[in-house]
Amino acid sequence: MTLPSLTLLGQSLLSGIFIGALYGLLGLGLSLSWGLLRQINLAHFALAFLGAYLTYQLASVGGMDPLLTLAIVAPCFFAFGVLMHWLLARFSISPFNSLLVSFGLTVIVESMIQWIWTADYRRLESAYGGMKFKIGTLYLPVPEMITLATAVALSLLTWAALRYTDLGKAMRAASEDAPIAAAFGVNERVLSLILSGYAAALAGVAGLCLALSFTLAPSQIYVWIGVVFAAVMIGGLGNPIGPLVAGVVIGVSEALTMALTAPTWAPLVSFSLLIAVLLVRR
Amino acid sequence: MRISVPGWIGVAGLAFAAVPFLELPAFYETFMYLVFHWIVLATSWNILSGYSGYFSFGHGAFFGAGIYTTATLAGSYGVPFLWTLPAAALVSALFGMGIGAVVFRVGQLRGELFALITLAVTFVLATIVLNTRIDGGQGVNLGGVALPAILSSPSSTFYVLALAMMLATLWIAYGIYRSKLGTGLFAIHDDEDVAEVMGVPTFRYKLLAFGVSCGLAGVAGGIHALFVSYVTVGETFSILVPITVVLMSVLGGTRHWLGPAVGATVITGLLYAFTAGDYAVAGRAALGFILIVVILFLPEGLLGRFIPRLQGRRRSAAMPAAAPAAPAPRRGVTATLLEVHGVSKAFSGVQALDGVTLQVRRGEILGLVGPNGSGKSTLINVVSGHYRSNDGRVVFEGRDLGGLAAHRIARSGIARTYQIPRPFAHLSVLQNVALPAMFGHAALDRAAAEREARHWLEFTGLAAKADALPEDLNLHQRKFLELARALASHSNLLLLDEVLSGLTPAEIDHAIRTVRAIRDRGATIVFVEHVMRAVMELADRIVVLNYGRVIAEGGPKEVMGRPEVVTAYLGKPQTGKPHA
Repeated sequence: MTLPSLTLLGQSLLSGIFIGALYGLLGLGLSLSWGLLRQINLAHFALAFLGAYLTYQLASVGGMDPLLTLAIVAPCFFAFGVLMHWLLARFSISPFNSLLVSFGLTVIVESMIQWIWTADYRRLESAYGGMKFKIGTLYLPVPEMITLATAVALSLLTWAALRYTDLGKAMRAASEDAPIAAAFGVNERVLSLILSGYAAALAGVAGLCLALSFTLAPSQIYVWIGVVFAAVMIGGLGNPIGPLVAGVVIGVSEALTMALTAPTWAPLVSFSLLIAVLLVRR
Repeated sequence: MRISVPGWIGVAGLAFAAVPFLELPAFYETFMYLVFHWIVLATSWNILSGYSGYFSFGHGAFFGAGIYTTATLAGSYGVPFLWTLPAAALVSALFGMGIGAVVFRVGQLRGELFALITLAVTFVLATIVLNTRIDGGQGVNLGGVALPAILSSPSSTFYVLALAMMLATLWIAYGIYRSKLGTGLFAIHDDEDVAEVMGVPTFRYKLLAFGVSCGLAGVAGGIHALFVSYVTVGETFSILVPITVVLMSVLGGTRHWLGPAVGATVITGLLYAFTAGDYAVAGRAALGFILIVVILFLPEGLLGRFIPRLQGRRRSAAMPAAAPAAPAPRRGVTATLLEVHGVSKAFSGVQALDGVTLQVRRGEILGLVGPNGSGKSTLINVVSGHYRSNDGRVVFEGRDLGGLAAHRIARSGIARTYQIPRPFAHLSVLQNVALPAMFGHAALDRAAAEREARHWLEFTGLAAKADALPEDLNLHQRKFLELARALASHSNLLLLDEVLSGLTPAEIDHAIRTVRAIRDRGATIVFVEHVMRAVMELADRIVVLNYGRVIAEGGPKEVMGRPEVVTAYLGKPQTGKPHA
């Protein structure tokens, strides 16, 4: 094995951080609904891709600035998240069954995407696509920078909101013990609706970032599930910062694995990490 | 004449075996092959995951291990195809048991975490297969491997192979369902800790079920490798394999041995009907929709919803209770039945037990009292093996229980009840009581255990509720169900944890008479209690705990009058002297 050059190593380190940020961003919504609502929402990935396709449509065909599409996508997704939770809350389902139900939803959304946009690869051509900064010998592509900044900002914002605002405190109390929280005047139902809406809106944001950096195809929905679940588990359920940190750790170790061996070995790293964390953490 | 279930499986097998001789177009045999194939995968998955509740998302890994075992042996080494199938079973079973041996030792890896870790294992295996000579990234072409000429056409041969595999799988699934192993797995599903404390060897059972489950999936994979004839990592380890299997089992009902087969048939049929035509995309969406509807409206599955009604009708022809079989204590071996020497137990800094030493004499009723948090329940948990003590020894009938698994302690003759009743929610009241008779000290077979259970249900006044589920019982009846479970194990030592709390005075009178009657049959009883009237009436001797230490011991009247005991319960009187 020959050691790659420092520039190559540096560049893979960077790309690991960037992809890790997207893992974290996708994982944030997943972690919130799993940790605080006790719902394992596989449909989060399908929603993110739906968001990505909507951005693609509005930007490529409608001619909007990709970043502005969020003004349409995020509120729609918030409403969708509220509606979904309102339906699910009528049936008190176990976390495991929520996994199955949301898988059904994933298949429906995937079929819908395939029906509208076909199974062909789609690529958003935007003004941001080609932009990049150069520092020394390293390149910093703008779309990835946007993703990183968004992921960091939203993770910190969510953390602060849960920790310091009354709404956030009420949410944590309700997830800890809903009946007791209700006895202290916390309206658990409304909070759950808001949280579910917020998680869905986060999927929309992640979708924007997906559209900026990646080629889209309906089948790609399933590619992300494993790694992002690993980031969420390692980062801790319901923890807003954890998925980002774990995502970056996974991303960087994957990128280094790719640089040092073959790209196809990358999944070994994230899943071995996940297994190790699950076994060691009691 | 009634035909047994294995008989029916054989009859169905013969009928299906006639199909190739009808000379139907190959398409029908291929379709049936797929139905059988999915029945094997779903049913094998259910043996661990449905029965015990450990939902695995890694069935694709074990299926894939079988596929690549056959692909490697037949493709690269020229091993005859049929000989690769036992190898595929062995590789998958050992792989699964290797994972189980690690994962099942970690107590908290249940539910979603077990699902995730098995899913992760799938991806790890896929990566290794992809990057090594097993696959190498190009896939394995098995076009050159000779198919044994069992029947004239390849489609008939695959049909017969899959049929045989399906019959074997169903037979195994039914056998386990009816066996002691199956009963133990269903108990693990409802409450693993209680199952262990009642004598179910939970670790061994889970491992065994996992091995069988993986081995069957491995054979299905081995056959399927040749069926598809071109094996790729992407197809083999796809997330759709475990998801489809879970979906089929949940749709059919995971608590019945036939449920996954029903679900597999329905879904394979639907998949074909929807995806074969021009509306493949709409078909997939329809499947997703069906999944949602089923989970929301039929969470117990098709069979789970409709079978219990039929069974309820059959059960009403109940057998009469057995002649009373009193526990046979081996008297006169030692005067001391249980000795606790200097036992300590700390929970992250809180010293729940601090050097407790006490003896339980054979045939006595020992009352264990003390204020809340004094360590009474912890002591019961340590003696029954639920917790490991940090220090000290527990000796039962001259045998050191240190390091013994809880199910071994149960078998040696210690039974306990739970302060908050913990019945197995999905087992009938009768089965709840029969379980400790099968797995505990008595170690009866199923029929004897059920007779025994009926006897104790009559003894505790629950005979009319034998076929009900625990959720239909009120608190008083649940407490007595706990008692009946402890009694049915024929244990020499009963640890009763607050069987009286929450009962009305009349119910307490009834309970006191019952506990006396139990002792008169020769059992030794340690009971934790706050109801002082019962303690004074029942106990031969009492031991008082406070802050994890024994502060007094002796006859009830004398001990409860001691100032330090009064202080422990009521606090220090204003004028009283502080005790040492």
